[in-house]
This record gives sequence, C-alpha cells and structure tokens, in this order.
Amino acid sequence: MKPPAVAEERTVVLEVSELTVSYGKVEALHGLALKVHRGEIVTVIGPNGAGKTTLLAALMGLLPADGEIVYLGERQDAGRTVEKLVRQGMTLVPEKRELFAEMSVEDNLLLGAFDRYRGGHRDHLETMDEVFDIFPRLRERREQMAGTLSGGERQMLAMGRALMARPKLLLLDEPSLGLAPLIIKDIFRTVAQLRKTGVAILLVEQNARAALHVADYGYVLETGELSLEGPSRELATDRRVIESYLGLGGRQ
Amino acid sequence: MDLQIALLLGQDGITNGAIYALLALALVLVFAVTRVIFIPQGEFVAFGALTLVSLQTGRLPGTIWLLLALGTVIVLIDGSIALRDRQFRRLPMILLLNCGVPLMLGGALLALSPAGLPLPVQVVLALMLVVPLGPMIYRLAYQPIAGASVLALLIVSVAVHVTLIGIGLLFFGAEGSRTLAFTDISFEVGDALLQGQTILVVVASLVLIVALYFFFERTIYGKALRATAMNRTGARLMGISGTLAGMLSFTLAAAIGAFSGILISPITTIYYDSGFLIGLKGFVGAIIGGLASYPVAAAGAVLVGLLESYSSFWASAFKEVIVFTSIIPVLVWRSLKTRHVEEE
Repeated sequence: MKPPAVAEERTVVLEVSELTVSYGKVEALHGLALKVHRGEIVTVIGPNGAGKTTLLAALMGLLPADGEIVYLGERQDAGRTVEKLVRQGMTLVPEKRELFAEMSVEDNLLLGAFDRYRGGHRDHLETMDEVFDIFPRLRERREQMAGTLSGGERQMLAMGRALMARPKLLLLDEPSLGLAPLIIKDIFRTVAQLRKTGVAILLVEQNARAALHVADYGYVLETGELSLEGPSRELATDRRVIESYLGLGGRQ
Repeated sequence: MDLQIALLLGQDGITNGAIYALLALALVLVFAVTRVIFIPQGEFVAFGALTLVSLQTGRLPGTIWLLLALGTVIVLIDGSIALRDRQFRRLPMILLLNCGVPLMLGGALLALSPAGLPLPVQVVLALMLVVPLGPMIYRLAYQPIAGASVLALLIVSVAVHVTLIGIGLLFFGAEGSRTLAFTDISFEVGDALLQGQTILVVVASLVLIVALYFFFERTIYGKALRATAMNRTGARLMGISGTLAGMLSFTLAAAIGAFSGILISPITTIYYDSGFLIGLKGFVGAIIGGLASYPVAAAGAVLVGLLESYSSFWASAFKEVIVFTSIIPVLVWRSLKTRHVEEE
C-alpha cells in the first residue's frame, strides 16, 4: 500500500496558513504560511525578535495560535497539546536546550523515548545506539551529568534526546546559539545528515549563512511576517538577503 | 537516665523517625514534582491506620464512600470533557477507573467480611481503599490550578487538609484506636527489650526507601518524575505531562502515607486528626533537607524522631515545642548557607 518513493519524498508533513499568534493584544506573528515536506530541511531566518521562537512554540502547542495548521494531513483543532503532538511525532529542540541537568547523558536520552515507551515501544536501546552513531561524543560522555557538558555537547544532547522520539517533524530552535564557529559547522553537518533518515526539519536560525547552506527551502521572517521565501540557494544569492543577513561575505 | 532507658528511648525515636523519614520523602517528592506543599500527607497516615482498624473490627470503612463520591465527581467532570471533545473511546476507561473499581472494592468488602481475613490481605485491602484517594484529590483539587503559585497551591493544601480531617471525624469517630500487632516477638539485647514490631517498622521503612530509590534511579517512570522536578518544560517536550507526573507523585505520596499509618498503628493510638502532627514532623525533616534533598530529608526526619523521644523523657510537656523549635536554627543555617542568585 506504500505510495511510490518519489511521491513519498514530496509528502507534506506540515502546512501552515494564516498563522497568527498574539501575546495579549500584541500580535507577535501575523498571517504566516509555510510548508515542510518529508525529508526536507526548511529554514526560517530572521533577526532577533522577529518571532522565530514564537513560531516554533506555537507550532508545538506551547502557545495558542489562530489560523490553520495541518500536520500529517490532519487539521489541528483548539484541543491540541504538546503531549498530543509529541505522540504524533513532532519534537522541539528548544533554544534553551532544557536538558535534565542533574541526570546522566544516557538518562536524558532515555527520557527522549519516554512517550514511545509509554506507547508500548521497547526499541529505545537500538534508537540510543543510532543516536550515539550520529553523535559519537555523546557515547563517550554517556555517564556524565548533562549539566557538566560543554555548550556544543549540550546542543548535541538536546538534538539526540529529540531524535530518541523518532520524530517525523523536528523543530530546531537556534541550534547555533552561543556556540563556537567550528562546533556550529559540526552541528549543521549533522542536521544535513539527518535528512537521510527521512525526518522533516524546520530550522529556525539567526545564523542565516549556515542555515541557508544546509536547507532546501527558506523563509525570511521580519517583525512577525514572512517577507521572502524561496529555494535556499536562490535566497542565498538574493540581494536583499545578502544586504540584511549575510553581509559582504555572501557575494563571494 | 541509665543505659536501659536511653536504649529504650533511642529505639522509640528511631521507630518514629523511620516513619517521619518516609513522610519526609513523600513531601519532598510531591513538592519537587508539583510544587505542592502537601499538608494532607498526614491524613493519609490516619486514613490508612483507621481504615485497617475498621476492617479488623468488622465495620465497613467509611473510606469506601469517599472513594465512590470522589470517583463519581471525576466521572462527571472527565466524562463531560470527553463528550465535549467527542472522545467517546475514553469514556469506558474513565468510568471503570473512577466508579467501577471502587464499586468492585465495596462489593468485595461486603462479600468477604474482612475481619476474618489474614492480616496481609487486610493490609492490601486498606491500601487499595486509601491510595486511590491520592490521585483523585490531585485530579479534583490541584490539577485545575497546576500552574498557580506555590502560595495558592499551599492554600488549597490547607483546605484539603481541613476537609479530610472533618471527613475523618465523620467516618471514624472521635475515639482513637490501634490495630492488632503484626508480631508479638521480642528480643533481649543486653538489658534492653527489643520489640519485634519496632524492628518491623524500621525494616519495612528501609525496604520502602530502597524500593523508592530503585524506582527513581532505575525505572523510566521514576526518571520521568525526577526530570519533571528538574525541568518542567524539558519534560513536557518529551511528552511527560504535568498531569501524569502529578498523578504519579500523589499516588506514591498516598501509598507512602497509608503504609506509614498501617506500620505505626499497632504501636501508637491513632485518632482521626493524629495524622497532622505526624505529617508535620515529617515536614520538619523535609525542611532540613530544603524540600529538595531526599537523603538529608530522611536523616533529618530520623533526627526529629530521636529528638522527640529524648525530649519526652526530660521535658515531656515541651516535647512538641522542642521538636518544632528545632526548625528555627535549621532555617537560619539554610538561609545563611544558600546565596540568593538574582534572576538573569
């Protein structure tokens, strides 16, 4: 019954239209529309305060939102909660990582599979091995407390923990935040590799250059509205994007 | 005071201390996971003990009515929510858990005449009657305001505590009672007489503490509770909902409370309102641990037990005063020791 592979590639995982999010009377996001396909990396770039984190929080059910969100072909109603979305394979790696600081790397990963475990799946050990293959650093540190990890390792752990849920849609909030350039390169290389696992990735980034480099498609978010969109290669050469986000280096 | 008396008092102190330690652990657990200061913890001690007394004296424990009443209210609330959201598949489970199980328990009580049953069966029955009250009270009193401030949650705790005391008086009457001794063995150790019941309390407490340790360190549900205590947002993003964590911690707290009550009821006469004072001493232990550290809370609680026992010998009129005053130097020491970090 499986559709042919080519069709599967283009399966829409997430489709959002007219998304509006308000904090009280202040509108943080206005009339957003975006689409993420299976196995695709889509990035939303934009400056600080544009509403990038708000967008992910709204998609994850942490914030109430108006508009239409269709996830895995199902229209989300007002009763959507973080827990229900996690059950349906949506996972957020938050900007602040939100790790369990006084627990070992291994336990942090294990809890990433909590919902699958509760749902009757007992494959967390195999999944953990896969995560360790993606992030060998975490295997070395498996006994270490999460709170004692370096910034880069924490980001790896946050991503590894999210992958433990075997997500269908991975929401990444500023994975490059506060990391050294070499480590950022590492993290983005891993993000690009994840595409092969078939997971759809929505990557929100201030670091436009790195994000456009790995992404297939990109959106530019400015003060709560999407101002530009297109295949990331085209965006990376767009004059307006270069001037605002990439600086002179983008022309090289 | 000669050595014999000192040993006797020490034995007494450790017995009570073990119980306070259990309660302190439950208080730390509930606070860490839900931020609720669980004042009604002591009522579970009294309810556990007095439910067992009712079973042993051949009366129908009033607890069953409370169980049915709370269950019915939950069915009405959760049922209407499920109907509103058109989640009809959830209805049978809601009905079975909240009304079906209490009804079956009630039926079993009527059919079995529990007074004639062996003691372990009576204990299990008593636990089955009291423990579900924990998650039910969480569902009704705390879950609707789970995000409220610690102070608001504390006020709800006081209300739940007062209500349960009143219900306890209604169900069990004003007279105190004891349950039958689990064992009447005793040993001569040197000059002192070591009661079998004492050993049983200490051993059972230790076993329960070890079991809790394994639950928190080795099982995924235990780790999920610790994770919620450490980082609520992080836990939620992993699908560990606050409701699940709250239900689980209240179930454990109720079980620990009821079990403690059953353990001490052969040694101490329990009244409908005895639980409060017992719970409060567990609370002193928990405060010594800063409502955060399990081992320090347990050690503090044992210390409270010893302090109480020895002060009852030297200044029995001031027994409670001494115990509760001891919290002041602890608080001073804690506030000097912890540096207040400004929010970023």
